[in-house]
Amino acid sequence: MPAVAGPRVHAVSVVTIAFLAVFVAAILALIVADLAYARPAALVEALRSPDLRHAIVLSLVTTGATLVLVVGFAVPVGYALSRYRFSGSLVVDAVVDLPIVLPPVVIGVSLLVLFRTSVGQWIESVPGLQFVYTPKGIVLCQFLVSASYGIRAAKAAFDGVDRRLEDLALTLGCTHGRALRLVALPMARGGLAAGAVMAWARALGVFGPLMVFAGAVRGRTEVMPTTVYLELSIGRIEPALAVSMLMLAIAMVALVAIHALGQRHRWWGP
Amino acid sequence: MIRIRNLAFRAGDFGVRDVSLDVASGEYFVLLGPNGSGKTLLVHCLCGLLRASAGSVHLDGEDVTHAEPRLRRIGFVPQDYGLFPHLSVARNLTFALRARGRPHAAALQDVRPLVDRLRLGRLLDHLPATLSGGERQKVALARALAIRPRLLVLDEPVSALDTPTRAEVLDQLRALQRDLAVTTVHVCHSIDEAMAVAERAGVMIDGRLAQVGTLDELIDHPASAEVARLLQVEWRGPGGRR
Repeated sequence: MPAVAGPRVHAVSVVTIAFLAVFVAAILALIVADLAYARPAALVEALRSPDLRHAIVLSLVTTGATLVLVVGFAVPVGYALSRYRFSGSLVVDAVVDLPIVLPPVVIGVSLLVLFRTSVGQWIESVPGLQFVYTPKGIVLCQFLVSASYGIRAAKAAFDGVDRRLEDLALTLGCTHGRALRLVALPMARGGLAAGAVMAWARALGVFGPLMVFAGAVRGRTEVMPTTVYLELSIGRIEPALAVSMLMLAIAMVALVAIHALGQRHRWWGP
Repeated sequence: MIRIRNLAFRAGDFGVRDVSLDVASGEYFVLLGPNGSGKTLLVHCLCGLLRASAGSVHLDGEDVTHAEPRLRRIGFVPQDYGLFPHLSVARNLTFALRARGRPHAAALQDVRPLVDRLRLGRLLDHLPATLSGGERQKVALARALAIRPRLLVLDEPVSALDTPTRAEVLDQLRALQRDLAVTTVHVCHSIDEAMAVAERAGVMIDGRLAQVGTLDELIDHPASAEVARLLQVEWRGPGGRR
């Protein structure tokens, strides 16, 4: 699209950019305050703590497993939402979005209630499938909170792929599955990757449902967000700050990745 | 040859009704009609992209009415050419053969005669977004021909091109079709375009095949006022002559 002609400085540009500057300044102020408060030596010392390191590793392991689950669900679900219309699809669409608008702690409470029912009790009785107060429960919470973000991103990515190209692939000898693999998936890959990063970043920050459903047991079910809470609850600000800053850095990298993947317009060559 | 009998398809108020048509092997047939007359719906039914609600389609004697698109061996070039934007020209051209399990390098050798014939060699590594309209049209045509189709369907193949390119592409289409002797259905809404490539045409009006005949017959004896209007000839009533 060509650039809009006319002066670059006018009332609308000044007011909107001023609002933008205020918002960015407010976020930067939070980061600068953290950096000013923290003593690098204390942060390094805090990160040497075995409990903290365990929480960091558990965070990475559980969010990695969550990422695999989210991608496994988001791709087919996003494709189905993008391509098929059926009776009740509006309601299904709303249900898929529910975890985005629901307070996350409600998901934890609901999970706890579910696992008190006979179905939940049966699942818990299956060897290797214990969820309540276990790392598997952490993955379940992270998945339920973050999957909607991945699904929404996958649907948007598939919406951006012209369905007629898949139809054309059928005339060129593809089955529906092959058309999906050779046309829709590669064309949607930028949006799918951005959605996966967004879902992973969201999973990393899950806190409320974990406290209710998985607990915050040191060395067992403690992950980075619960570490911040546990350290603050006993007045140890520097370890809490160390983990917070680590999460901040991860979030920044994730967001840059999302924007880079989302803005990729150029298709790769052969 | 193509044999269509009483074909029907309904999509809300829009549709194709009771279409019967024969196109001989190796014939270049034009399907004429104004916008919204059902031409594209008809060719989508022919290609299997839409499921006909009634009637039958036979290709070279085989009933393909309910066959999947991939099993019909119909080369389809849509109006906007439908090139895969994430694939190079080479990979677009070998797409159909790769979909059947042929490795890219071997498939590229298979399509080499088409590449040479349509002078696409220098474009093989390009992405579709970098091609001109005429080049895209040629790539789409070569890709459709790569499957050695029993039928080639061209949906308004030159509508997006400028006038000089259009004339050149129509000449090439006609020459290529003659050389390959591939049965072709060419959809358009211009009698001039039809005259540049075909001797016989069908006219679709409101979802029905209103008239089929040689272009001379259509022009000399339009079957209705609507057909006459489309062909830009005078209508002198039923049986009237110009």
